[in-house]
This record gives sequence, C-alpha cells and structure tokens, in this order.
Amino acid sequence: MTAGATAQPAPGVATRPPSGLAHRIDRLLLPLYTLGVVSYLALPVLVMILFSFNDPTGRANLNFRHFSIDAWLDPFGRPGLEEAVFNSLWVAFGATVISTILGTLIALALVRYGFRGRGATNMLIFLPMSTPEVVLGASLLTMFVSTTNLPFIPQGVLFPLNIRTILIAHVMFCISYVVVTVKARLQNFPRHLEEAAMDLGANEWTTFWKVTFPLILPGVVAAALLAFSLSIDDYVITSLTSGQTDTFPIYIYGASLRGIPVQVNVIGTIIFASAVLLVVISTLWQRRQSFRDFSSTRQVE
Amino acid sequence: MADVAVRLVQLTKRFGGDTTGRRVAKYVDDANADQGFLAVDHIDLDVNEGEFFSLLGPSGCGKTTTLRMIGGFEQPTDGRIELQGEDVTYLPAYKRNVNTVFQNYALFPHLTIYENVAFGLRRRKVSDADVKKRVTEMLELVELPGYEARKPGQISGGQAQRVALARALVNKPAVLLLDEPLGALDLKLRKQMQIELKRIQQEVGITFIYVTHDQEEAMTMSDRIAVMNHGHYEQLGDPEVLYERPRTRFVAGFLGVSNLLPASADGRDDRYANFRLSDGTAVRVPIAVIQDRAGTLALGVRPEKIRLLEEKDESPAGYNRVAGRIVHASYLGVSTQYIVQLKDGHRVTVYEQNVTRATKAELWSSGEDVVLCWAPEHCFVVEDAGGMAAAEADRELAAVV
Repeated sequence: MTAGATAQPAPGVATRPPSGLAHRIDRLLLPLYTLGVVSYLALPVLVMILFSFNDPTGRANLNFRHFSIDAWLDPFGRPGLEEAVFNSLWVAFGATVISTILGTLIALALVRYGFRGRGATNMLIFLPMSTPEVVLGASLLTMFVSTTNLPFIPQGVLFPLNIRTILIAHVMFCISYVVVTVKARLQNFPRHLEEAAMDLGANEWTTFWKVTFPLILPGVVAAALLAFSLSIDDYVITSLTSGQTDTFPIYIYGASLRGIPVQVNVIGTIIFASAVLLVVISTLWQRRQSFRDFSSTRQVE
Repeated sequence: MADVAVRLVQLTKRFGGDTTGRRVAKYVDDANADQGFLAVDHIDLDVNEGEFFSLLGPSGCGKTTTLRMIGGFEQPTDGRIELQGEDVTYLPAYKRNVNTVFQNYALFPHLTIYENVAFGLRRRKVSDADVKKRVTEMLELVELPGYEARKPGQISGGQAQRVALARALVNKPAVLLLDEPLGALDLKLRKQMQIELKRIQQEVGITFIYVTHDQEEAMTMSDRIAVMNHGHYEQLGDPEVLYERPRTRFVAGFLGVSNLLPASADGRDDRYANFRLSDGTAVRVPIAVIQDRAGTLALGVRPEKIRLLEEKDESPAGYNRVAGRIVHASYLGVSTQYIVQLKDGHRVTVYEQNVTRATKAELWSSGEDVVLCWAPEHCFVVEDAGGMAAAEADRELAAVV
C-alpha cells in the first residue's frame, strides 16, 4: 500500500446501502427469532395460566369451555391438595434453610482451607448433581427402609417414610447446588478485606459478619433460591422417599391419572408468579449493590 | 535516646515446610515461594517512636513479609516482635495496636467511606458522637471532606488511597504500617502523595513503617531506611548516609547510579588510604570512609561528583585524577550524561550540569580524551565479596566474544 492512498473498504464490507427487501429481512430476522424462542419457553406456562380460568366439564381440564374464576376463589377445593401444597412448602423451606447453612459452611471450608480429604469432599459434593435422580432416590429408599440399625441415627427418623425422610433427601441434593453456587462467589473473594477488618480490631466472628458475609450474601441468596426451586418441584426422589405423604408434584402425578383439576393450574400459576417476583426482586437488589465485582479501586470519574 | 516503637529480635520467616505456608504463599513477592524458602532471615531492628522508617528492597527481599509479621498477618518461624516494649509475636492482628494501609487499599466495598473510616472505632465501641467527630476530622486531614456517603467504587484510586490512610490513622495506632501504598498510582499523583504522606506523618506524629521498592520514594520521605536483600537488611541509615556511604555493592547499586572500580590497598598515611586501580592509577580515600569495611573492597564514586577536565587542566589540590576517553554522550537538558572508558576498560558514568558548558560546541563529544577528577571525600568504599570478581569475569567474557 502506498502512503497517502485513500482507505479502501475491507473485503466483505458492503460499500452500497443494502437493497430494500434484503435490508428489511435483515432487520426482522433477529426479532422474529427472539419471539420464537420466547414463545417456545413461555407457551406451556401461558397455557397453564389460561386453563386456570377454565370451567371444564367432568374431571379433565383439557378443553377450554368457559371463562371462570371459580377455581381461583377456592384454590384448595380438592381433597388432599391443601395438605400436599403445604407439605411441599414445608419441605422446600426446611431444605432451603438447612442446605444453605450447611452448604455455605462447606463452601467456606473448601475454598479457604487446605485439609486432608478436600479433594474427596469436592468430588463427593459433585456426586448428587451428576448421579441420575432415580438412582439417588433408589439408594435413599434402600437406606431408609433397611432394617439394619445404623449408627448415630435415632429410631424413627428414617422409618417409616414420611415428610422427615423427604426433607433429609432434599437437603442432601440441595447442598450440592448451594456449595457450587457459594463457592463460585468465594473463589474471587479478596482475602485482604478480611485482613483489613482484623487489622482494624475485628476478631474472626465480627470479621465474618461485618465483611465476609455481606459480600458473599448475593451468592448465598442465589443459592437459597436455587435450593428452594429444586426442592419444591422435585418428583423423582420425593416419590421414592415419601411413603404415604403427598407433596404437590406427587399430587399432580396422581391426579393426572384421573384428570388434573383446575386448582392445580391455579396453584401452579401462583408458584410461577412468586418465582418471577423473587427473581425480579433479587435482580433489582443485586443491581443496587455497587459491590458486585468486589473492585474497590474502580474509577468512576 | 528515642523510645523504641517496634523491636524485631532475630525475626525469621520460612515459607513452605509448614502447613500454613501454602495458604499465604501468594502474598510473598517471590514466585518460588511455595518451594519453601527463607523469606526473612534473622532480622534485628529497632524502629524509633515517631520515625518515618522505610524497608526498601527489590521484590522477594522479604520486606512485605516483615511488615506482615509486624501487622500480625504472618506467624514468624522464629524470633520476637516487640511493640512499645510488649511482646506481640503471637498476638492476633486485631489485638495489636498497629494499623495497616494495604497495597490495594482493601476498602470495604459494601460500606460507605464514612463507615469504612469508622470501622476500627466501632470495634472499640466508641460512642456515635465521638465516631462522627473523629471520622470528620480524619477526612479533613486527608482532604476528603464531603465524601462520607460515597461507596469505594465511586472514588478514584488516589482518593481510595487517602481513605485507606484515614481508616488506619483514625485509630491512633502506635505504629502505622504501609505496604507500597502508592504502587497503584500514576507518577504525578505518586509524587504528590509522597509529600502529603510526609506532611500527615509529621502532623499526627505516629511511627510509620513504609515498605517500598522505589528508592526515590524511600529517600523523599524517610528518616531512616533499611535496604533489604535476600531476607535481611544490608545497610540501615539516613538517606544521605546510604547514598553517600553505601556499604555494599547491592546498596550502592540500588540507591542511585554508582561507579564501582576494583582497587587494591596500597598503604596509608594518617588521614588517607591509598588505593591503586587496575590501570595503575593511584587514588586517595579518607580513612574515615573505610570505617570497619573489610575483605575485598571496591571504590565507588557517584556520577554527579565527578568533574571532566582536559589533560592539561589543573585540578584542585588533592583531587583524584583518572584518565579516560568519552565513548558516549547524551544531552538531557538539565545535565549531560557521559560514559567514559578508562584505560583498563572499565566504564564510568558522569553527570555534568549544563552550566559552564551548554552548547553543542562546548560539550564533550565521544572520542575525546578527558581526565576525571573528584575529591577524595566523595569516594565511598563497598565490601565486594565476589561481586566485582563476577562482574570482571563477565566483562572479560564479553571482550572475548
């Protein structure tokens, strides 16, 4: 190239304005594609919401007949449904609280300390995520119904199968997800902040609550939300460890054999709406935090 | 005799070989830290009350590790740390009356500037009114009033640096530790902060222990400097003493530019010792300069102390004279830097202020024969165990190739 020559357009870059039709297609392609993906994801949910306002004939809620809010006025109007929903909530809350506390502590230990068996623990934690649920469920069932006296476990906790065994099972698989989520948050945690806190007179306990915990809180909250949603919709493991106890997913499965009542759609819609609300709140909250990426030296000028 | 603020007794830190080594290795300057090495090697040191004391050295010399042991972030392998006469060697960081300004500031990103500065006071259950008074005072001292409500993410690096300083100083520690606090700032801001730091130190009267690898920074601010290398300090003293009378080849080279020439002793009279350079020239050095230096010695002279003359010119009485030839001249505006080759092949750097000679025609140019002269008092003598011999071997090898 000679110096002073006018810049040539790089090959492949259009030199003429695009023709009318091609241009229009170009501009429409991305929105159309996006619309397609969003509908694909949202359609089943929309159908569920729509059919919660149905007034079906007979048991099956399969054809939309009349608009009605009967089911909304009486969401627990089917025998056993209320109990199943509250069982699910109870297990989900319990599993979330227990697995979040234990999982956060495990994550702290795994990231912070080198100890004998750390590698093994890391692998063990990963196991419930990679093992098929049905295998986990079957193993748990075997353990629960085994008549062998197990060490350290009081009689009646593991047998008969009931809401306690569901909780134990859910805590087990939720812990993995909590550990993985909190670990990610801890991995790039600046240790010098804790040193600074200690330098300023905070002991280990105060340092944890004043510095470490506030900074990993977004990770802990995300982990808790994940645990809750995993627990509340679990079917496979629950069905194997629940005995006679019904949770919401198990109720739906049972009902689907005879025809799903409208109330299921109502409760499904409520759960969906709550989930969306929670996600929105947590996103807004995280955005408000100016410390998402820990950098304190970032210049904003 | 001033009171001692910090006393280190045979302080030693070895990384690796113990279980804690792996976790803290990343804080050590040396990349080979996890292989296990002696980071700090039996240091004895007294830092006086109210002093601005610097630990100066290249990365991996153990200066940061020493500071971290004083701060309580690192357990010594051996030795003792005393803080105002009290043994604090095994006290946790939060029980020591010492505060630290970290290299990366380490401000708490989730707290406002106000709460960052108040953090230490809150831990000591100072009343809200007092906290407010002291935090406000401190932010004024570092010239950041009005920034209370901001978060660390919303201020610049220089401001974050001041907040870090305020957060440490507000606790009125017995000693303030500073770990290369200006390292992340640009040059202009760094110069400004050096003056600022010195002003603040004089204003609050607290002992500062300052770690840096920047010799100019250390000289600008410090009352005394310990020049560290390989886990111990090679020389300790005022900036002037370190510059004018370096004790070792390392110190001479680390602080400023120096010309070191191998020399052999050749008798002495009551005031001067005579040395002979390898080209046979006799050079005189005051006996006082040699002090207790022993072993293989090398003579040094700083580039700005040397004057360039013509062969026929008279030099002041008693001055050392060595003949050489200019091999390179670079005009720097305020001064001109010459490289002069002596008869034995050694090269000497000379800075000449552009006062008597300023235009091109007046300046020396390469190829001209000159005489270097300097006052005997401007000589210094360094202990040179192996150093010069090694340098010599390098030079010979280079000559052969």
